Amino acid sequence: MNESRAAHFRQPLLKTPFHERARALAQAESFIPWAGYTTVDVFTTMEQEYFAIRNATTLYDLTPMVKYRVLGPDALPFLNRLVTRDVGKLQPDRVAYCVWCNDAGHLIDDGTIFRLRTGEYRLCTAERQIDWLLDSALGFDVEIAEVTEHIAALAVQGPTSCAVLKALGLQGVERLKPFEIGYFALGNDQLTVSRTGFTGDLGYELWMEPEAAETVWDALMEAGRSRGIRAIGSQALNSARIEAGFLLPNVDFVSAEHTIRTGRDRSPLELGLAWLVDFKKGHFTGRRALLAEMTQGVRRQLVGLDVAGNKPAHNALLYNDEHGKREIGSVTSAIWSPTCKRNIALAIVDAPHCKIGSTVWADIYLNRELVWERRMSRAQVVQRPFFAPERRRATPPAEF
Amino acid sequence: MAAAAPSRFDCIVIGGGHNGLVCAATLARGGRSVLLLEAAARVGGAALTREFAPGFRVSAGAHLLHLMPADLKRELQLAENGLEWAAQGMTTTALVPGGAGLDVSPGSAAQGLSPADALAYAGYTARMRRFAAALAPTLSRVPPRLGTSDWADRLSLLRLGWQIRRLGRRDMRELLRIGGMNVYDLLEENFESTALKGALGLDAVLGANFGPRSPGTVLTLLYRLAAEFTAGEAGLSQPKGGMGALCDALARAATAAGASIRTAAPVASILVEGDRAAGVVLESGERIAAQSVISSADPKITFLRLLGPRFLDAGFVRRVNHLRSRGLAAKLHLALNRAPAFGGVDQAALRGRLLIAPSLQHIEHAYNHAKYAEFSERPVMEITLPTLNDPSLAPPGQHVLSAVVQFAPYELKEGWQNGRQRFMDKAMTVLEECAPGLGASIVGSELLTPPDMAREFRSSGGHWHHADLAFDQFYMVRPVPGAAQHRTPLEGLFLCGAGCHPGGGVMGVAGRNAARQVLTAHAP
Repeated sequence: MNESRAAHFRQPLLKTPFHERARALAQAESFIPWAGYTTVDVFTTMEQEYFAIRNATTLYDLTPMVKYRVLGPDALPFLNRLVTRDVGKLQPDRVAYCVWCNDAGHLIDDGTIFRLRTGEYRLCTAERQIDWLLDSALGFDVEIAEVTEHIAALAVQGPTSCAVLKALGLQGVERLKPFEIGYFALGNDQLTVSRTGFTGDLGYELWMEPEAAETVWDALMEAGRSRGIRAIGSQALNSARIEAGFLLPNVDFVSAEHTIRTGRDRSPLELGLAWLVDFKKGHFTGRRALLAEMTQGVRRQLVGLDVAGNKPAHNALLYNDEHGKREIGSVTSAIWSPTCKRNIALAIVDAPHCKIGSTVWADIYLNRELVWERRMSRAQVVQRPFFAPERRRATPPAEF
Repeated sequence: MAAAAPSRFDCIVIGGGHNGLVCAATLARGGRSVLLLEAAARVGGAALTREFAPGFRVSAGAHLLHLMPADLKRELQLAENGLEWAAQGMTTTALVPGGAGLDVSPGSAAQGLSPADALAYAGYTARMRRFAAALAPTLSRVPPRLGTSDWADRLSLLRLGWQIRRLGRRDMRELLRIGGMNVYDLLEENFESTALKGALGLDAVLGANFGPRSPGTVLTLLYRLAAEFTAGEAGLSQPKGGMGALCDALARAATAAGASIRTAAPVASILVEGDRAAGVVLESGERIAAQSVISSADPKITFLRLLGPRFLDAGFVRRVNHLRSRGLAAKLHLALNRAPAFGGVDQAALRGRLLIAPSLQHIEHAYNHAKYAEFSERPVMEITLPTLNDPSLAPPGQHVLSAVVQFAPYELKEGWQNGRQRFMDKAMTVLEECAPGLGASIVGSELLTPPDMAREFRSSGGHWHHADLAFDQFYMVRPVPGAAQHRTPLEGLFLCGAGCHPGGGVMGVAGRNAARQVLTAHAP
């Protein structure tokens, strides 16, 4: 890995340990950069890959996800001061979804904290932020190191994923509850498996040494052959995550560390993540600002929309009525959901229009053979997630 | 000291330096029950008198009083509380190598200048005095916050604008033109005399992490002049018994107003309950409850050590941690067996302030070393001979020399263990040139480097302003955004030390401003 780093100017994008395997399957040759790595956007077609997530098993290379090791006597107090959730409640071998804020209570990033059996915590984030972590560590006896390059990660997601992992030889994987971590041996390789994912479906994430990556990929492909296993790219995953109602940084919110204009930051309360904010656990960065926001009232909220018609409301401005006089928000993510058969969107909507059941109007632009048309579509604020199958929680999951 | 002290106070003031004492006295006069806790065996902080050689006493930190507002001295009845003056209206004389000293006292005609310089000097001093007068009221007010709808914030800003506008078009333009400049350029465009420029330039960098060519040094000079303006007619003064006598009088004023003072009571931490300050824990383990805690310790000690980062937001802690607070001024104390004689200076001038800063270039060169963690080869100095005005400080017929010596960086490349004697030698070489034979009369000496001062006066970096006075650590953002109105992110915790607006020097204004803020924040 050090070699690749030394030669970074020759090859600006790194290759993940799964790259050779992925490249061999990437018929569409559609690659995108992600956190310094080259990754596959689409292997064959987006639709094929999307339906594999909802009907079979998919492999998604998430090695580029930024990972930090947090270790030391003050690891827990450090994390509790960093994130809004009470990490003290996180049991060993469990994972927690968390967000963290700046002093103003505005979101810097979201991610997951793993409490591993080694006693260390692992923080997985969308963006690199060692500077914020080190600043947050001032006064704490804690050691923070980025370990992204040292851990290969593969998401195995879909209704048949548990069956595939069992076929792979991971005895007892079916007993893992959502957000639980298990440890397995595969030949000479050690696998850490967490029942986590970004699809809102049954699924697991596999963590391993980079050297084990290709062996594990090959074994999975073999074990999943009869259960429709397929490698997927980021596009298909994006559709699945919108159905699951998950937020994507820089799409549904911009990190407060990156915004330039005032009013573009978002608080967890605005993003509908109040359930992640624990005011009772003691002080954390942003707590006083968030308390003040609670008192003053949250001014806008990220909500789910069910939009009339079948045209996705990409980037649509939202209005309080069909005349479109008063703007009350905008769409951040939108798709036609193939599984729900609904035209869904995530949107930021001003209070009081953000209440469940409210009607808003989306100004949708359609390009019809180079002629733009406008359509004002009625949309209703609805509960998220849009798609939440029982199987995502079932333990043990159904056999296939 | 306090008999039958209540178990819970309205206010606890941490630190018994002049700002802590002023704050405690003002709070007590405002009707609050106040406990002041001082870590050392006696109050005073960096404004104290102590022995440095057998029989010789000196103001170990600041050695001149010239910034404390006249109304504050009246308000706290310092005269009634035993403060007497050994000297007031002291002169300032620049020592000129091989020539007659140059009198640069406020209001002096500065004899010996060329006609052009004499004219320019009169214009310059009058102009700077007008600027100082315009800026002076700002020092005594809590700085405003930007972007609030609070009328007091807006009014405060408007007042500052109005004071500057009231200078008239020419002066306002000039103030805005020079406000961000460096003092080197300002003096170069005004004067010819090298000695005059050196002497006037030294005041801009005394106690600061700056050379005359550093941006913002006109601001530090204006700050000093504005503070001197509030001090009124007394000018440079020397309390009888040294600076410690000032703090003793302040302590009496505080006690008379009802405040309790406990010395040798170092605070270990600030108590937090329900996300607000609830008192303090002493190093002895004793817990004392209070509604408000007001700290005169510097911002780094207050936030990072006494409170602790885990009660603060990460961005705020980052700002506090990045405060520039490394001192560059050393203090040299000499015990002399006879009165010193400085070349080119008469007996009257010796009773005043003597400056060794022969030229701006010289000061800049002295500062250059500090940038690279070295001490100056030829340091610049501000010297007083306190025993000429106050013989009680030394055995009969013997004398004390007290000098601020720059530049001596807090972090010295070779380490102060190794550098101390070499720096002392450099300072002595400079002194010997101005006062031949001085070395032979020395019977005792002490050099306080910034690390020494950090230890003795319990300040991080041993900086006499607690944090550099510079544009980005000034007024509305002093010490850091989020704590610039004496309030802190933690409800009930306030700052009253030199790290706040308006800054250090023995002013006491930070203490008084903070007390006023506490009094409005918590009406009983």
